[in-house]
Amino acid sequence: MAWYTDTTTERKKAKKSLWVKCKKCHSHIYENEWINNLNVCPNCNYHGSITSWERINLIFDKDTFVELFSNISPIDSLKFNDLKGSYKDKYENNIKKTGISEAVTTGHGKINGNQAVIAVMDFRFLGGSLGSGTGEKILQAANYAYDKDLPYIVFSASGGARMQEGALSLMQMAKTCAGVARLNKKNIPYISVLTNPTTGGVSASYAMMGDLNISEPGALIAFAGRRVIEQTIGEKLPDDFQTSEYLLEHGFVDSIVNRKDMKNYLSNVLSYYNR
Amino acid sequence: MGLEVDNTAVMELEEKKAEVIKEDLSPWEIVKKSRHPNRPILQDYLEQIFSNFIEFHGDRYYSDDKAMIGGFAEIEGKKVMLIGHNKGKSTNENIDRNFGMAKPEGYRKALRLMKLAERFNVPIVTIIDTPGAFPGLEAEERGQAEAIAKNLTEMASIEVPIICVVIGEGGSGGALGIGVGDKILMLSNAIYSVISPEGCASILWRDAKFAPDAAEALNLTANALLKHGVIDEIINEPGEGAHSNYEEIADSVKKSILNNIKDLKGLQTDELIQKRFEKYSGIGKFSTNS
Repeated sequence: MAWYTDTTTERKKAKKSLWVKCKKCHSHIYENEWINNLNVCPNCNYHGSITSWERINLIFDKDTFVELFSNISPIDSLKFNDLKGSYKDKYENNIKKTGISEAVTTGHGKINGNQAVIAVMDFRFLGGSLGSGTGEKILQAANYAYDKDLPYIVFSASGGARMQEGALSLMQMAKTCAGVARLNKKNIPYISVLTNPTTGGVSASYAMMGDLNISEPGALIAFAGRRVIEQTIGEKLPDDFQTSEYLLEHGFVDSIVNRKDMKNYLSNVLSYYNR
Repeated sequence: MGLEVDNTAVMELEEKKAEVIKEDLSPWEIVKKSRHPNRPILQDYLEQIFSNFIEFHGDRYYSDDKAMIGGFAEIEGKKVMLIGHNKGKSTNENIDRNFGMAKPEGYRKALRLMKLAERFNVPIVTIIDTPGAFPGLEAEERGQAEAIAKNLTEMASIEVPIICVVIGEGGSGGALGIGVGDKILMLSNAIYSVISPEGCASILWRDAKFAPDAAEALNLTANALLKHGVIDEIINEPGEGAHSNYEEIADSVKKSILNNIKDLKGLQTDELIQKRFEKYSGIGKFSTNS
Protein backbone atom coordinates (compact mmCIF):
# COMPACT_ATOMS: atom_id res chain seq x y z
CA MET A 1 0.00 0.00 0.00
CA ALA A 2 1.27 3.43 -0.85
CA TRP A 3 2.35 5.54 2.13
CA TYR A 4 1.46 8.75 0.33
CA THR A 5 -1.57 9.87 -1.68
CA ASP A 6 -1.16 11.08 -5.19
CA THR A 7 -2.21 14.65 -4.59
CA THR A 8 -2.07 15.66 -8.25
CA THR A 9 -4.64 13.07 -9.24
CA GLU A 10 -6.77 13.93 -6.22
CA ARG A 11 -6.63 17.59 -7.07
CA LYS A 12 -7.47 16.88 -10.70
CA LYS A 13 -10.46 14.80 -9.62
CA ALA A 14 -11.68 17.56 -7.32
CA LYS A 15 -11.23 20.14 -10.03
CA LYS A 16 -13.06 18.00 -12.52
CA SER A 17 -16.08 17.63 -10.30
CA LEU A 18 -16.22 21.31 -9.34
CA TRP A 19 -16.12 22.88 -12.77
CA VAL A 20 -17.99 22.33 -15.99
CA LYS A 21 -16.50 23.53 -19.24
CA CYS A 22 -19.09 24.93 -21.66
CA LYS A 23 -18.83 23.13 -24.98
CA LYS A 24 -19.60 26.29 -26.91
CA CYS A 25 -17.89 29.27 -25.26
CA HIS A 26 -15.40 27.09 -23.34
CA SER A 27 -15.80 29.12 -20.17
CA HIS A 28 -15.49 27.26 -16.88
CA ILE A 29 -18.68 27.30 -14.88
CA TYR A 30 -18.95 26.29 -11.26
CA GLU A 31 -20.75 22.96 -11.30
CA ASN A 32 -23.49 23.99 -8.89
CA GLU A 33 -24.21 27.05 -10.96
CA TRP A 34 -24.36 24.89 -14.12
CA ILE A 35 -26.81 22.48 -12.52
CA ASN A 36 -28.93 25.23 -10.98
CA ASN A 37 -29.11 26.78 -14.42
CA LEU A 38 -30.51 23.47 -15.81
CA ASN A 39 -27.26 22.54 -17.62
CA VAL A 40 -27.43 25.78 -19.58
CA CYS A 41 -24.34 27.97 -19.82
CA PRO A 42 -24.97 31.23 -17.91
CA ASN A 43 -22.47 32.96 -20.22
CA CYS A 44 -23.58 32.02 -23.74
CA ASN A 45 -26.93 30.24 -23.24
CA TYR A 46 -25.57 26.99 -24.67
CA HIS A 47 -28.07 24.26 -23.80
CA GLY A 48 -26.11 21.25 -22.57
CA SER A 49 -27.67 17.81 -22.61
CA ILE A 50 -29.88 16.60 -19.79
CA THR A 51 -31.16 13.13 -19.02
CA SER A 52 -34.71 12.03 -19.77
CA TRP A 53 -35.56 11.96 -16.06
CA GLU A 54 -34.13 15.42 -15.45
CA ARG A 55 -36.31 16.60 -18.33
CA ILE A 56 -39.40 14.88 -16.96
CA ASN A 57 -38.87 16.44 -13.52
CA LEU A 58 -38.49 19.83 -15.15
CA ILE A 59 -41.66 19.59 -17.21
CA PHE A 60 -44.18 17.75 -15.05
CA ASP A 61 -45.93 18.88 -11.89
CA LYS A 62 -44.54 17.19 -8.82
CA ASP A 63 -45.65 13.56 -8.36
CA THR A 64 -47.95 13.54 -11.40
CA PHE A 65 -45.76 11.59 -13.85
CA VAL A 66 -46.63 7.94 -14.39
CA GLU A 67 -44.14 5.94 -16.41
CA LEU A 68 -45.48 3.60 -19.11
CA PHE A 69 -43.93 0.79 -21.17
CA SER A 70 -40.77 0.68 -19.04
CA ASN A 71 -40.59 -3.07 -19.61
CA ILE A 72 -39.27 -2.59 -23.15
CA SER A 73 -35.53 -2.96 -23.83
CA PRO A 74 -33.31 -3.85 -26.82
CA ILE A 75 -32.39 -7.30 -28.08
CA ASP A 76 -29.55 -8.12 -30.44
CA SER A 77 -31.68 -9.79 -33.09
CA LEU A 78 -29.03 -9.48 -35.83
CA LYS A 79 -26.12 -10.60 -33.59
CA PHE A 80 -24.38 -7.44 -34.70
CA ASN A 81 -20.63 -7.30 -34.11
CA ASP A 82 -18.27 -4.51 -35.07
CA LEU A 83 -14.66 -3.73 -34.19
CA LYS A 84 -15.57 -2.77 -30.64
CA GLY A 85 -17.61 -5.89 -29.92
CA SER A 86 -21.24 -6.90 -29.87
CA TYR A 87 -24.33 -4.73 -29.85
CA LYS A 88 -25.55 -6.78 -26.89
CA ASP A 89 -22.54 -5.74 -24.78
CA LYS A 90 -23.04 -2.15 -25.84
CA TYR A 91 -26.65 -1.86 -24.76
CA GLU A 92 -26.11 -3.87 -21.59
CA ASN A 93 -23.36 -1.42 -20.62
CA ASN A 94 -25.66 1.47 -21.51
CA ILE A 95 -28.45 0.09 -19.34
CA LYS A 96 -26.01 -0.23 -16.43
CA LYS A 97 -24.52 3.20 -16.99
CA THR A 98 -27.78 5.14 -17.45
CA GLY A 99 -30.25 3.18 -15.34
CA ILE A 100 -32.77 3.32 -18.19
CA SER A 101 -33.53 0.44 -20.51
CA GLU A 102 -34.11 2.23 -23.83
CA ALA A 103 -33.22 5.55 -25.46
CA VAL A 104 -36.64 6.95 -24.62
CA THR A 105 -38.72 7.24 -21.45
CA THR A 106 -42.50 7.32 -21.89
CA GLY A 107 -45.46 8.14 -19.68
CA HIS A 108 -48.15 10.65 -18.83
CA GLY A 109 -48.68 13.38 -16.27
CA LYS A 110 -49.67 16.98 -15.70
CA ILE A 111 -47.92 20.11 -16.95
CA ASN A 112 -49.19 23.03 -14.85
CA GLY A 113 -52.37 21.02 -14.49
CA ASN A 114 -52.67 20.06 -18.19
CA GLN A 115 -52.71 16.32 -18.91
CA ALA A 116 -50.33 15.08 -21.60
CA VAL A 117 -48.63 11.93 -22.80
CA ILE A 118 -44.91 12.23 -23.34
CA ALA A 119 -41.87 10.47 -24.78
CA VAL A 120 -38.47 11.85 -23.81
CA MET A 121 -35.36 10.67 -25.57
CA ASP A 122 -32.06 10.34 -23.73
CA PHE A 123 -28.89 10.96 -25.70
CA ARG A 124 -26.75 9.04 -23.19
CA PHE A 125 -28.36 5.77 -24.26
CA LEU A 126 -26.56 4.74 -27.48
CA GLY A 127 -26.60 8.33 -28.72
CA GLY A 128 -30.37 8.42 -28.43
CA SER A 129 -30.50 6.15 -31.45
CA LEU A 130 -33.82 4.90 -32.76
CA GLY A 131 -33.96 1.13 -32.32
CA SER A 132 -36.90 -1.29 -32.37
CA GLY A 133 -37.58 -0.81 -28.66
CA THR A 134 -37.34 2.98 -28.98
CA GLY A 135 -39.79 2.97 -31.89
CA GLU A 136 -42.12 0.61 -30.03
CA LYS A 137 -42.25 2.89 -26.98
CA ILE A 138 -42.84 6.01 -29.07
CA LEU A 139 -45.64 4.24 -30.97
CA GLN A 140 -47.21 2.79 -27.83
CA ALA A 141 -47.20 6.19 -26.15
CA ALA A 142 -48.84 7.66 -29.27
CA ASN A 143 -51.45 4.90 -29.12
CA TYR A 144 -52.05 5.70 -25.44
CA ALA A 145 -52.61 9.36 -26.34
CA TYR A 146 -54.93 8.20 -29.14
CA ASP A 147 -57.01 6.02 -26.83
CA LYS A 148 -57.26 8.66 -24.10
CA ASP A 149 -57.66 11.70 -26.40
CA LEU A 150 -54.66 13.34 -24.76
CA PRO A 151 -52.10 15.62 -26.45
CA TYR A 152 -48.81 13.93 -27.24
CA ILE A 153 -45.38 15.50 -26.73
CA VAL A 154 -42.08 14.01 -27.90
CA PHE A 155 -38.70 15.42 -26.86
CA SER A 156 -36.11 14.24 -29.37
CA ALA A 157 -32.37 13.93 -28.80
CA SER A 158 -30.87 11.49 -31.23
CA GLY A 159 -28.12 10.81 -33.71
CA GLY A 160 -30.59 8.90 -35.91
CA ALA A 161 -31.52 5.30 -36.62
CA ARG A 162 -29.66 2.57 -34.70
CA MET A 163 -27.32 0.93 -37.21
CA GLN A 164 -26.86 -2.17 -35.07
CA GLU A 165 -30.46 -3.15 -35.79
CA GLY A 166 -30.10 -2.79 -39.56
CA ALA A 167 -33.27 -2.18 -41.57
CA LEU A 168 -35.37 -2.98 -38.49
CA SER A 169 -34.29 0.39 -37.10
CA LEU A 170 -35.02 2.10 -40.43
CA MET A 171 -38.55 0.71 -40.28
CA GLN A 172 -39.09 2.37 -36.89
CA MET A 173 -39.27 5.63 -38.83
CA ALA A 174 -42.32 4.32 -40.68
CA LYS A 175 -43.73 2.74 -37.53
CA THR A 176 -43.57 5.90 -35.40
CA CYS A 177 -44.97 8.00 -38.25
CA ALA A 178 -47.87 5.55 -38.57
CA GLY A 179 -48.64 6.41 -34.94
CA VAL A 180 -48.49 10.12 -35.74
CA ALA A 181 -50.78 9.58 -38.74
CA ARG A 182 -53.44 8.06 -36.50
CA LEU A 183 -53.23 11.02 -34.11
CA ASN A 184 -53.64 13.36 -37.09
CA LYS A 185 -56.73 11.47 -38.24
CA LYS A 186 -58.32 11.81 -34.82
CA ASN A 187 -57.29 15.47 -34.48
CA ILE A 188 -55.15 14.89 -31.43
CA PRO A 189 -52.38 17.46 -31.12
CA TYR A 190 -48.82 16.28 -31.35
CA ILE A 191 -46.02 18.60 -30.23
CA SER A 192 -42.46 17.78 -31.18
CA VAL A 193 -39.63 19.35 -29.22
CA LEU A 194 -36.30 19.07 -31.02
CA THR A 195 -33.29 19.27 -28.71
CA ASN A 196 -29.59 19.00 -29.39
CA PRO A 197 -29.00 16.94 -31.49
CA THR A 198 -31.92 15.72 -33.60
CA THR A 199 -30.50 14.23 -36.77
CA GLY A 200 -30.78 11.52 -39.42
CA GLY A 201 -33.69 9.12 -39.24
CA VAL A 202 -35.25 10.79 -36.22
CA SER A 203 -35.37 14.21 -37.88
CA ALA A 204 -36.73 12.49 -41.02
CA SER A 205 -39.62 10.91 -39.11
CA TYR A 206 -41.63 11.83 -36.01
CA ALA A 207 -39.40 14.73 -34.89
CA MET A 208 -40.33 16.84 -37.92
CA MET A 209 -43.98 15.83 -37.89
CA GLY A 210 -45.20 17.89 -34.94
CA ASP A 211 -48.33 19.94 -35.39
CA LEU A 212 -45.98 22.28 -33.60
CA ASN A 213 -42.22 21.89 -33.85
CA ILE A 214 -40.49 23.57 -30.92
CA SER A 215 -36.77 23.70 -30.34
CA GLU A 216 -34.23 24.67 -27.72
CA PRO A 217 -31.70 27.36 -28.71
CA GLY A 218 -28.65 26.31 -30.70
CA ALA A 219 -29.76 22.71 -31.23
CA LEU A 220 -28.30 20.79 -34.17
CA ILE A 221 -31.22 19.67 -36.33
CA ALA A 222 -30.25 17.93 -39.55
CA PHE A 223 -30.97 15.16 -41.99
CA ALA A 224 -27.48 14.61 -43.42
CA GLY A 225 -24.33 15.22 -41.41
CA ARG A 226 -22.24 18.33 -41.97
CA ARG A 227 -19.20 16.31 -43.09
CA VAL A 228 -21.22 14.33 -45.65
CA ILE A 229 -22.64 17.52 -47.14
CA GLU A 230 -19.27 19.23 -47.27
CA GLN A 231 -17.87 16.22 -49.08
CA THR A 232 -20.82 16.21 -51.50
CA ILE A 233 -20.71 19.87 -52.42
CA GLY A 234 -16.97 20.38 -51.87
CA GLU A 235 -17.23 23.54 -49.82
CA LYS A 236 -17.47 24.68 -46.22
CA LEU A 237 -20.92 25.25 -44.77
CA PRO A 238 -22.00 28.38 -42.89
CA ASP A 239 -21.60 28.18 -39.09
CA ASP A 240 -25.29 28.49 -38.25
CA PHE A 241 -26.27 25.82 -40.83
CA GLN A 242 -28.63 23.18 -39.38
CA THR A 243 -29.19 24.98 -36.06
CA SER A 244 -32.62 25.63 -34.56
CA GLU A 245 -32.21 29.30 -35.50
CA TYR A 246 -31.54 28.32 -39.14
CA LEU A 247 -34.61 26.08 -39.16
CA LEU A 248 -36.77 28.79 -37.63
CA GLU A 249 -35.65 31.17 -40.35
CA HIS A 250 -36.45 28.58 -43.02
CA GLY A 251 -39.90 27.85 -41.65
CA PHE A 252 -39.45 24.39 -40.16
CA VAL A 253 -39.85 25.16 -36.47
CA ASP A 254 -42.52 27.27 -34.81
CA SER A 255 -40.54 28.65 -31.95
CA ILE A 256 -37.27 28.47 -30.05
CA VAL A 257 -37.85 28.19 -26.34
CA ASN A 258 -35.29 28.38 -23.52
CA ARG A 259 -35.16 25.35 -21.27
CA LYS A 260 -36.25 27.33 -18.22
CA ASP A 261 -39.37 28.54 -20.06
CA MET A 262 -40.30 25.21 -21.69
CA LYS A 263 -42.78 24.03 -19.05
CA ASN A 264 -44.78 27.24 -19.12
CA TYR A 265 -44.62 27.43 -22.90
CA LEU A 266 -45.99 23.89 -23.25
CA SER A 267 -48.70 24.35 -20.65
CA ASN A 268 -49.71 27.61 -22.28
CA VAL A 269 -50.16 25.84 -25.64
CA LEU A 270 -51.85 22.81 -24.04
CA SER A 271 -54.35 25.11 -22.31
CA TYR A 272 -55.85 25.76 -25.78
CA TYR A 273 -56.71 22.09 -26.22
CA ASN A 274 -60.42 22.07 -25.89
CA ARG A 275 -61.90 18.60 -25.76
CA MET B 1 -28.72 -50.03 -67.01
CA GLY B 2 -29.39 -49.28 -63.37
CA LEU B 3 -26.09 -47.47 -63.19
CA GLU B 4 -27.07 -45.08 -65.96
CA VAL B 5 -30.30 -44.08 -64.19
CA ASP B 6 -28.35 -43.43 -61.01
CA ASN B 7 -25.95 -41.29 -62.97
CA THR B 8 -28.69 -39.02 -64.29
CA ALA B 9 -30.06 -38.56 -60.80
CA VAL B 10 -26.61 -37.73 -59.49
CA MET B 11 -26.01 -35.30 -62.33
CA GLU B 12 -29.30 -33.60 -61.62
CA LEU B 13 -28.36 -33.28 -58.00
CA GLU B 14 -24.95 -31.92 -58.93
CA GLU B 15 -26.64 -29.30 -61.08
CA LYS B 16 -28.97 -28.34 -58.26
CA LYS B 17 -26.04 -28.14 -55.89
CA ALA B 18 -24.19 -25.87 -58.29
CA GLU B 19 -27.28 -23.64 -58.47
CA VAL B 20 -27.56 -23.47 -54.70
CA ILE B 21 -23.88 -22.59 -54.39
CA LYS B 22 -24.24 -19.96 -57.08
CA GLU B 23 -27.15 -18.37 -55.24
CA ASP B 24 -25.25 -18.36 -52.01
CA LEU B 25 -23.48 -15.04 -52.62
CA SER B 26 -21.96 -13.06 -49.79
CA PRO B 27 -23.82 -9.89 -48.78
CA TRP B 28 -20.98 -7.82 -50.23
CA GLU B 29 -21.24 -9.62 -53.58
CA ILE B 30 -24.96 -8.86 -53.54
CA VAL B 31 -24.20 -5.18 -52.80
CA LYS B 32 -22.03 -5.14 -55.90
CA LYS B 33 -24.74 -6.80 -57.99
CA SER B 34 -27.30 -4.28 -56.76
CA ARG B 35 -25.02 -1.54 -58.11
CA HIS B 36 -24.00 -3.32 -61.31
CA PRO B 37 -23.60 -0.76 -64.13
CA ASN B 38 -25.91 -2.75 -66.41
CA ARG B 39 -28.52 -3.51 -63.80
CA PRO B 40 -32.00 -2.70 -65.11
CA ILE B 41 -33.28 0.63 -63.80
CA LEU B 42 -36.74 2.17 -63.63
CA GLN B 43 -36.50 3.28 -67.29
CA ASP B 44 -35.97 -0.34 -68.35
CA TYR B 45 -39.03 -1.56 -66.48
CA LEU B 46 -40.98 1.35 -67.94
CA GLU B 47 -40.04 0.08 -71.37
CA GLN B 48 -40.54 -3.60 -70.67
CA ILE B 49 -43.70 -3.85 -68.57
CA PHE B 50 -45.46 -0.48 -68.38
CA SER B 51 -47.28 1.20 -71.24
CA ASN B 52 -49.01 4.52 -71.93
CA PHE B 53 -46.96 6.29 -69.29
CA ILE B 54 -48.38 9.75 -68.62
CA GLU B 55 -45.66 11.53 -66.70
CA PHE B 56 -46.58 14.35 -64.32
CA HIS B 57 -44.11 16.96 -63.24
CA GLY B 58 -43.35 19.18 -60.30
CA ASP B 59 -44.05 19.42 -56.60
CA ARG B 60 -46.00 22.71 -56.95
CA TYR B 61 -43.69 24.40 -54.43
CA TYR B 62 -40.23 24.59 -55.89
CA SER B 63 -39.34 22.56 -59.00
CA ASP B 64 -39.41 19.26 -60.84
CA ASP B 65 -36.97 16.67 -59.52
CA LYS B 66 -35.66 14.41 -62.27
CA ALA B 67 -34.31 11.94 -59.71
CA MET B 68 -37.89 10.99 -58.86
CA ILE B 69 -40.48 10.50 -61.57
CA GLY B 70 -44.09 9.47 -61.63
CA GLY B 71 -47.35 9.33 -63.48
CA PHE B 72 -50.19 7.12 -64.63
CA ALA B 73 -49.19 3.93 -66.40
CA GLU B 74 -50.68 0.62 -67.44
CA ILE B 75 -49.29 -2.76 -66.53
CA GLU B 76 -50.95 -5.45 -68.64
CA GLY B 77 -53.95 -3.19 -69.02
CA LYS B 78 -54.18 -2.54 -65.29
CA LYS B 79 -54.04 1.19 -64.52
CA VAL B 80 -51.71 2.29 -61.75
CA MET B 81 -49.85 5.30 -60.42
CA LEU B 82 -46.19 4.60 -60.99
CA ILE B 83 -43.63 6.47 -58.86
CA GLY B 84 -39.93 5.73 -58.65
CA HIS B 85 -36.34 6.73 -58.23
CA ASN B 86 -34.87 7.52 -61.62
CA LYS B 87 -31.28 6.38 -61.82
CA GLY B 88 -29.38 6.59 -65.09
CA LYS B 89 -26.90 4.31 -66.84
CA SER B 90 -24.55 6.69 -68.63
CA THR B 91 -22.65 9.41 -66.78
CA ASN B 92 -24.68 12.10 -68.50
CA GLU B 93 -27.96 10.45 -67.57
CA ASN B 94 -26.80 10.08 -64.01
CA ILE B 95 -25.74 13.69 -63.71
CA ASP B 96 -29.07 14.79 -65.16
CA ARG B 97 -30.98 12.54 -62.74
CA ASN B 98 -28.66 13.16 -59.78
CA PHE B 99 -27.86 9.41 -59.55
CA GLY B 100 -31.41 8.76 -58.36
CA MET B 101 -30.87 10.82 -55.22
CA ALA B 102 -34.04 12.84 -54.76
CA LYS B 103 -34.31 16.24 -53.13
CA PRO B 104 -37.25 17.44 -51.02
CA GLU B 105 -39.11 18.44 -54.19
CA GLY B 106 -38.83 14.83 -55.39
CA TYR B 107 -40.44 13.46 -52.24
CA ARG B 108 -43.08 16.19 -52.35
CA LYS B 109 -43.87 15.40 -55.98
CA ALA B 110 -44.17 11.72 -55.05
CA LEU B 111 -46.64 12.57 -52.31
CA ARG B 112 -48.63 14.82 -54.60
CA LEU B 113 -48.94 11.94 -57.08
CA MET B 114 -49.98 9.52 -54.34
CA LYS B 115 -52.78 11.92 -53.42
CA LEU B 116 -53.69 12.02 -57.10
CA ALA B 117 -53.87 8.24 -57.14
CA GLU B 118 -56.22 8.44 -54.19
CA ARG B 119 -58.38 10.91 -56.11
CA PHE B 120 -58.61 8.56 -59.10
CA ASN B 121 -58.78 5.44 -56.94
CA VAL B 122 -55.93 3.61 -58.65
CA PRO B 123 -53.30 1.51 -56.85
CA ILE B 124 -49.79 2.88 -56.40
CA VAL B 125 -46.63 1.08 -57.49
CA THR B 126 -43.36 2.55 -56.25
CA ILE B 127 -40.01 1.50 -57.66
CA ILE B 128 -37.16 1.93 -55.19
CA ASP B 129 -33.59 2.34 -56.41
CA THR B 130 -31.47 5.01 -54.76
CA PRO B 131 -28.17 5.33 -52.91
CA GLY B 132 -30.07 7.65 -50.57
CA ALA B 133 -31.78 11.01 -50.37
CA PHE B 134 -29.54 13.78 -51.70
CA PRO B 135 -27.25 15.10 -48.94
CA GLY B 136 -26.68 18.66 -50.08
CA LEU B 137 -26.99 22.19 -48.78
CA GLU B 138 -30.10 23.11 -50.73
CA ALA B 139 -31.80 19.81 -49.84
CA GLU B 140 -31.30 20.57 -46.13
CA GLU B 141 -32.38 24.16 -46.63
CA ARG B 142 -35.64 23.10 -48.25
CA GLY B 143 -36.36 20.47 -45.62
CA GLN B 144 -35.19 17.02 -46.73
CA ALA B 145 -36.03 15.65 -43.28
CA GLU B 146 -39.50 17.19 -43.30
CA ALA B 147 -40.24 15.99 -46.83
CA ILE B 148 -39.37 12.36 -46.03
CA ALA B 149 -41.10 12.46 -42.64
CA LYS B 150 -44.25 13.81 -44.27
CA ASN B 151 -44.29 10.97 -46.80
CA LEU B 152 -43.87 8.32 -44.09
CA THR B 153 -46.78 9.84 -42.19
CA GLU B 154 -49.08 10.35 -45.17
CA MET B 155 -48.34 6.97 -46.76
CA ALA B 156 -49.56 5.31 -43.56
CA SER B 157 -53.07 6.43 -44.43
CA ILE B 158 -53.22 6.71 -48.23
CA GLU B 159 -56.54 5.15 -49.17
CA VAL B 160 -55.42 3.01 -52.13
CA PRO B 161 -53.17 -0.06 -52.16
CA ILE B 162 -49.43 0.68 -52.25
CA ILE B 163 -46.98 -1.87 -53.63
CA CYS B 164 -43.28 -1.09 -53.28
CA VAL B 165 -40.60 -2.86 -55.31
CA VAL B 166 -36.93 -2.57 -54.34
CA ILE B 167 -35.19 -3.18 -57.67
CA GLY B 168 -31.61 -2.18 -56.82
CA GLU B 169 -30.36 -0.04 -53.96
CA GLY B 170 -32.71 0.65 -51.08
CA GLY B 171 -30.72 3.45 -49.51
CA SER B 172 -32.05 4.30 -46.07
CA GLY B 173 -34.53 7.16 -45.54
CA GLY B 174 -34.27 8.08 -49.21
CA ALA B 175 -35.72 4.68 -50.10
CA LEU B 176 -38.25 4.57 -47.30
CA GLY B 177 -39.55 8.00 -48.38
CA ILE B 178 -41.51 6.16 -51.09
CA GLY B 179 -41.31 2.77 -49.39
CA VAL B 180 -44.24 2.58 -46.98
CA GLY B 181 -46.84 0.24 -48.39
CA ASP B 182 -49.06 -2.79 -48.11
CA LYS B 183 -46.62 -5.13 -49.82
CA ILE B 184 -42.87 -4.72 -50.06
CA LEU B 185 -41.29 -6.76 -52.85
CA MET B 186 -37.59 -7.06 -53.40
CA LEU B 187 -35.38 -8.47 -56.13
CA SER B 188 -33.07 -11.25 -54.95
CA ASN B 189 -29.89 -9.23 -55.55
CA ALA B 190 -31.26 -5.90 -54.35
CA ILE B 191 -30.26 -4.41 -51.02
CA TYR B 192 -32.17 -2.38 -48.44
CA SER B 193 -30.33 -0.84 -45.55
CA VAL B 194 -30.41 1.74 -42.80
CA ILE B 195 -27.01 3.01 -43.96
CA SER B 196 -24.64 2.18 -46.81
CA PRO B 197 -22.09 -0.50 -45.88
CA GLU B 198 -19.34 2.04 -46.57
CA GLY B 199 -20.95 4.61 -44.27
CA CYS B 200 -21.51 2.05 -41.53
CA ALA B 201 -17.92 0.77 -41.81
CA SER B 202 -16.48 4.25 -41.58
CA ILE B 203 -18.45 4.92 -38.39
CA LEU B 204 -18.31 1.58 -36.56
CA TRP B 205 -15.08 0.19 -38.04
CA ARG B 206 -13.46 3.64 -38.44
CA ASP B 207 -12.58 2.73 -42.03
CA ALA B 208 -14.74 2.40 -45.16
CA LYS B 209 -12.63 -0.52 -46.36
CA PHE B 210 -14.48 -2.71 -43.87
CA ALA B 211 -17.63 -2.29 -45.98
CA PRO B 212 -17.85 -6.05 -46.68
CA ASP B 213 -17.95 -6.72 -42.91
CA ALA B 214 -20.57 -4.03 -42.45
CA ALA B 215 -22.61 -5.49 -45.34
CA GLU B 216 -22.58 -8.83 -43.55
CA ALA B 217 -23.56 -7.32 -40.19
CA LEU B 218 -26.34 -5.07 -41.52
CA ASN B 219 -28.53 -7.91 -42.83
CA LEU B 220 -29.31 -5.94 -45.97
CA THR B 221 -30.08 -8.79 -48.37
CA ALA B 222 -33.55 -9.84 -49.50
CA ASN B 223 -33.26 -13.19 -47.72
CA ALA B 224 -32.31 -11.60 -44.40
CA LEU B 225 -35.00 -8.93 -44.69
CA LEU B 226 -37.70 -11.47 -45.47
CA LYS B 227 -36.67 -13.41 -42.38
CA HIS B 228 -36.85 -10.26 -40.22
CA GLY B 229 -40.26 -9.26 -41.56
CA VAL B 230 -39.08 -6.08 -43.31
CA ILE B 231 -40.19 -7.26 -46.77
CA ASP B 232 -42.99 -9.54 -47.91
CA GLU B 233 -41.75 -11.23 -51.06
CA ILE B 234 -38.56 -11.96 -53.00
CA ILE B 235 -38.54 -11.76 -56.78
CA ASN B 236 -35.87 -14.15 -58.02
CA GLU B 237 -33.37 -12.87 -60.53
CA PRO B 238 -32.24 -14.95 -63.52
CA GLY B 239 -28.72 -16.34 -64.05
CA GLU B 240 -25.97 -13.99 -63.00
CA GLY B 241 -28.48 -11.40 -61.88
CA ALA B 242 -31.14 -9.04 -63.24
CA HIS B 243 -28.66 -7.55 -65.73
CA SER B 244 -28.19 -10.91 -67.46
CA ASN B 245 -31.74 -11.07 -68.79
CA TYR B 246 -33.88 -7.93 -68.85
CA GLU B 247 -36.94 -9.65 -70.27
CA GLU B 248 -37.00 -12.43 -67.75
CA ILE B 249 -36.64 -10.18 -64.69
CA ALA B 250 -39.16 -7.68 -66.08
CA ASP B 251 -41.63 -10.50 -66.56
CA SER B 252 -41.15 -11.74 -62.99
CA VAL B 253 -41.56 -8.21 -61.62
CA LYS B 254 -44.73 -7.75 -63.68
CA LYS B 255 -46.26 -11.02 -62.48
CA SER B 256 -45.48 -10.21 -58.89
CA ILE B 257 -46.95 -6.70 -59.08
CA LEU B 258 -50.12 -8.00 -60.77
CA ASN B 259 -50.57 -10.78 -58.22
CA ASN B 260 -50.25 -8.35 -55.36
CA ILE B 261 -52.65 -5.85 -56.91
CA LYS B 262 -55.14 -8.68 -57.22
CA ASP B 263 -54.65 -9.75 -53.62
CA LEU B 264 -55.17 -6.24 -52.27
CA LYS B 265 -58.12 -5.41 -54.51
CA GLY B 266 -60.76 -7.03 -52.34
CA LEU B 267 -59.94 -5.03 -49.21
CA GLN B 268 -62.17 -2.23 -47.98
CA THR B 269 -60.35 1.09 -47.42
CA ASP B 270 -60.63 0.90 -43.62
CA GLU B 271 -59.36 -2.65 -43.65
CA LEU B 272 -56.47 -1.72 -45.94
CA ILE B 273 -55.31 1.12 -43.70
CA GLN B 274 -55.79 -0.87 -40.50
CA LYS B 275 -53.73 -3.72 -41.96
CA ARG B 276 -51.01 -1.33 -43.05
CA PHE B 277 -50.92 0.15 -39.54
CA GLU B 278 -50.69 -3.31 -38.03
CA LYS B 279 -47.97 -4.31 -40.48
CA TYR B 280 -45.72 -1.43 -39.42
CA SER B 281 -46.68 -1.70 -35.75
CA GLY B 282 -45.36 -5.24 -35.86
CA ILE B 283 -41.93 -4.53 -37.32
CA GLY B 284 -39.01 -4.60 -34.90
CA LYS B 285 -37.57 -6.90 -32.28
CA PHE B 286 -37.19 -5.99 -28.62
CA SER B 287 -37.46 -7.51 -25.17
CA THR B 288 -40.50 -6.96 -22.95
CA ASN B 289 -39.23 -8.30 -19.64
CA SER B 290 -36.81 -5.78 -18.28
